Amino acid sequence: MPSGPTQIDGGRVANALNRALPGIATTSTEEWVEVESSRLEEALRWLHDSEQFDAAQLSNLCAVDYHDHFTVVYHLQSFDLNQQIVLKVRVVDRDTPTVPSSYPVYKGALLQEREVFDLMGIHFEGHPDLRRLFLWDSFPGHPLRKDFLGIGEGLTSGLQRFPFENKEQPDRLLNRENIVEQGSQETPEGWSGVAST
Amino acid sequence: MTTPTEPYVLNIGPQHPSTHGVFRIRVVMDGERIQDIDMIVGYLHRSMEKLAEERTYTQNIPFTDRADYLAAMSGNLGLCLAAERLARVEVPERASYLRVIFAELQRIASHAMANGTLVSDAGAWQTPLLYMFREREKILDLFEMTCGARLTTNYMRIGGVAFEPPPEFWPALLELVDELPERISEYEELLTQNEIFIARTRDIGVISPEDAINGSLVGPALRGSGVPWDLRKAEPYCIYDRMEFDVPIGRNGDVYDRFMVRLAETRESVKIIRQAVENIPDGSHKTDIPLALRPAPGEVYGRVEGPRGELGFYLVSDGGPAPYRFHIRAPSLINLSLLRELARGASLSDAVVTLGSIDIVVGEIDR
Repeated sequence: MPSGPTQIDGGRVANALNRALPGIATTSTEEWVEVESSRLEEALRWLHDSEQFDAAQLSNLCAVDYHDHFTVVYHLQSFDLNQQIVLKVRVVDRDTPTVPSSYPVYKGALLQEREVFDLMGIHFEGHPDLRRLFLWDSFPGHPLRKDFLGIGEGLTSGLQRFPFENKEQPDRLLNRENIVEQGSQETPEGWSGVAST
Repeated sequence: MTTPTEPYVLNIGPQHPSTHGVFRIRVVMDGERIQDIDMIVGYLHRSMEKLAEERTYTQNIPFTDRADYLAAMSGNLGLCLAAERLARVEVPERASYLRVIFAELQRIASHAMANGTLVSDAGAWQTPLLYMFREREKILDLFEMTCGARLTTNYMRIGGVAFEPPPEFWPALLELVDELPERISEYEELLTQNEIFIARTRDIGVISPEDAINGSLVGPALRGSGVPWDLRKAEPYCIYDRMEFDVPIGRNGDVYDRFMVRLAETRESVKIIRQAVENIPDGSHKTDIPLALRPAPGEVYGRVEGPRGELGFYLVSDGGPAPYRFHIRAPSLINLSLLRELARGASLSDAVVTLGSIDIVVGEIDR
């Protein structure tokens, strides 16, 4: 089931794309469609111009690091048809990941691609002004990558277990008595709102 | 004979009243006209998206307060809706009503601030701004009454809202709702026919509907250009499908239209709040969710219509306690995509008004 109420089936988009531009869509699920990264601009332009999908706006662009590859995710919005397409592109090269820029089709990609370049280190070929957006130019690395500085060998960033969780029995929670029951939100006795010394 | 001129570089910000936050613009000027503009952001960058990967979904809710600090409730709502869809959590009806009431109150407060600072940028120094702060103040009082905070509310939770509003909330809300239409009319009388205000805003910063769509503009900036796109209508969340309200749009896509769209939207928000207060059912304000919430692996793009437009949350779960990827689609940042094209050829004073009409919040730009 597509995860958004107006999101359309990725398989449908893949079929239509492959009929118009043979071999462009590589994988698809009910939620998204993946296209070949070298032909991204072609796919975006076709979706933008087609009456069937009418992808008028690039509403969101972001990238995800899956350790062995990056995925750049495009959320395309049609206003007339009120539907959303999720398009993905896979980038395998970790050293200089490169994706064609979507700026020639969507001007709204200008700052979003700069943000992805800054935080994830993905180069967008054909972007008119690809500079870091938030961080300074000499900043080492790209922080949203999972192997960003300070993460040791064999470890990944991200929370692995809950702070209150029991290591030996991961399904059991510690400190059950500290969990406030619903509806018991009275002020504790002697509590004045100021920390006592 | 014309005197030869030479371009010069003017730096505005990062601390400047007309940039509405820690936001820096480097402008290349030729006399009074702007040749080129470059925005330098990141002074408020707190790497929320990275930090979020090490916090549980509930622990991430405070980040949404601090992203768009003028519309914390909308941010809370966006994240909670996305996480609920990811974890398949049902929300009690009363909670949905409470969420709508608070989100709309937040919209009024945020629009009051946006319009107030815009008028301030246009030259009406401080007086209209403080007028509009009067209502905002009352709304923030209501927030404080309910959740103890005025700006960083952290009110909504996955599965509902954190607290039931106290008994004194409801009469205060009704009083405010009765008072607001009158106040909005006051601003309309004060500003919309004002010759100076019209001269400063009409046909300034015009965005065509095609450019607005292609440039990923959302919210009042898009609707000001005449595109009737509102997620509350297009993809109704919570209980917006039961509410009767209109989507105001502009005609010319100039600064004046964006101002008027915001003003008209506050009226619609009052309508929505009134309907929500009338129909709010009894019941629980939140459902119990497992303390150790681990959504199944998958991804979701949840979005709400915030005061600045489509506020999206792209969450990827790997089945762990924290999101594998947490991306905020920040309308403030993306609405600036057309800034360079808008500013080129304009005078500096017009560019400042245009920037004010787009309504940016730097906390959300930088995250």
